[in-house]
Amino acid sequence: MKDKRKILTIISLILFVILLFIMNRTFDSYEIRILNLCGIYVVLGLSLNLINGFTGLFSLGHAGFMAIGAYTSAIFTMSPELKQMNYYLKPIIPIFKNIQLPFLPSLLIAGLMAGLIGFLIAAPVLRLKDDYLAIATLGFSEIIRVVFTNTQSLTNGALGLKGLPKYTNVWWSWGMAIGTVIFMVLLIKGSYGRALMAIREDEIAAEAMGIDLFRHKIISFTIGSFLAGVGGALLAHLLGTIDPLMFRFLLTFNILLIVVLGGIGSITGTVISAVVVTVLMEFLRVLDGTMDLGFIRISGIPGMRMVVFSALLMFVILFYQRGIMGTKEFTWDWILNRKKKYTQIKG
Amino acid sequence: MSLLRTNNLTKKFGGLTAVSKFAMDIKEMEIVGLIGPNGAGKTTVFNMLTGVYKPTKGSIFFDGRDITGIKSHEVTKLGIARTFQNIRLFKELSVLDNVLVANHLRLKSNILFSVLRTPNYIRQEKHMYEKSMELLKEVGLDDVKDEMASSLPYGKQRRLEIARALATDPKILLLDEPAAGMNPQESFELMEFIHDIRDKFDLTIFMIEHHMQVVMGVCEKIYVLDHGVTIAEGTPKEIQNDEKVIEAYLGVD
Repeated sequence: MKDKRKILTIISLILFVILLFIMNRTFDSYEIRILNLCGIYVVLGLSLNLINGFTGLFSLGHAGFMAIGAYTSAIFTMSPELKQMNYYLKPIIPIFKNIQLPFLPSLLIAGLMAGLIGFLIAAPVLRLKDDYLAIATLGFSEIIRVVFTNTQSLTNGALGLKGLPKYTNVWWSWGMAIGTVIFMVLLIKGSYGRALMAIREDEIAAEAMGIDLFRHKIISFTIGSFLAGVGGALLAHLLGTIDPLMFRFLLTFNILLIVVLGGIGSITGTVISAVVVTVLMEFLRVLDGTMDLGFIRISGIPGMRMVVFSALLMFVILFYQRGIMGTKEFTWDWILNRKKKYTQIKG
Repeated sequence: MSLLRTNNLTKKFGGLTAVSKFAMDIKEMEIVGLIGPNGAGKTTVFNMLTGVYKPTKGSIFFDGRDITGIKSHEVTKLGIARTFQNIRLFKELSVLDNVLVANHLRLKSNILFSVLRTPNYIRQEKHMYEKSMELLKEVGLDDVKDEMASSLPYGKQRRLEIARALATDPKILLLDEPAAGMNPQESFELMEFIHDIRDKFDLTIFMIEHHMQVVMGVCEKIYVLDHGVTIAEGTPKEIQNDEKVIEAYLGVD
């Protein structure tokens, strides 16, 4: 039985890669960009779900860690000429002037940097709980943004960085997404994952069972920040332009929306909702423009689609409090058992 | 040999002395009870023993080692496991996962090896699974291992909590009112169960209990607290005839 599931997983993975290949060939550049965004939001959603959903730490600092990842990898991938062009008001710090690395090492450094900052922030912040933790992490995320606005010789301040090499393609974004999904499944199904979920369920009992709360919370927070950094770097090299204003609270909100809609504490839920939300976000752009309903003309209101998302969020919270999937996961057993039940009824 | 000993143990919450100069000595394989009227400070004693509260004064010795003021999870690692007065299971985890979690403290792989599923980790995971299934069988919950913990009826939740505590490989088990909410038949079964696990796992048991039949039936030694002060200690028979105890429970004119 177990082998059967493994084979099913591998087959569907291969099918998915073939599908990606076909989409990569047939889609136009706009559609491919959405496809890339989907993959990146899968990474980001899962990283926030690890912290918020599985460990039960209400963190709102994701945009900050993404900013760290985005800027780190931007600094490491830009060519010296590009740096000179970007930093025209104030030259970049000399050590970084001539450094240029390929994408993969830059991506890793971006993740490690975000993870390191996450680790350093975690020590003081994780002594807080619930809403206090949320406020503190939100504060730190804003601090990171403000620091980036003011360190002109490192980040080029409010001018942002332009013309970044657009390394992120379907294989990078979805490769990272699939890698993150596999990592999360292995983590959550293992002993450490159970310990994290125990902390979410009941801290006092978890500690009484010998789980070092502080250590495990830090582990979770650091891994989450690492993945956020990687996601941020992927995003930077998809858009080609970054500036501090990009990493405002709204970005964290978008990821939180994905996590809550998909189910707090569900890997498959996050994957599904990351794709659905990203596609809808583009699809609903129509609402932002001018609408002609025949008898009445509504002039465009920018941000109208966010209203739809807020309404959707409220609807989900009201009727499916735990998101689409709750803490449940989509498993092969689920399908196989259904089929069995169906054939039983039929037979 | 003395396993768990306290000396002059005192806990003050502001001006209130919850426990005052509590001294006890529990020997290996003993079943010891802690009784007293509501608010006598029994759970506070438990919380100090397990590192949840730091004692204001006094010291705790476990297995010949001073464990006063060390952290709760370290206390568990040394071999003191507990259950809670108001059941604290991991509600949204399965019955099996609840017990598996309690094995985590003995895991010898770091998180990287766990994610990479190294052979060593897989061996440990398999061992955890077998041990947990055995414990669930012991408490008669192996047939509901995939149910969510919160879906179990009350009595089974109590037993699951004991199984979970046993999974941490304790030397001593602290039970906080294990018979609370049980009918006479269930309490009787619980008494047998406590004897069984003591013999099977070479355990020492220290329990808080209000149910007098259970306490008198199962404990070999009893401490009585009233307003944080130890008013009596001795065998069940001595306690039953102690005037101070009767006074504390029934009051005086």
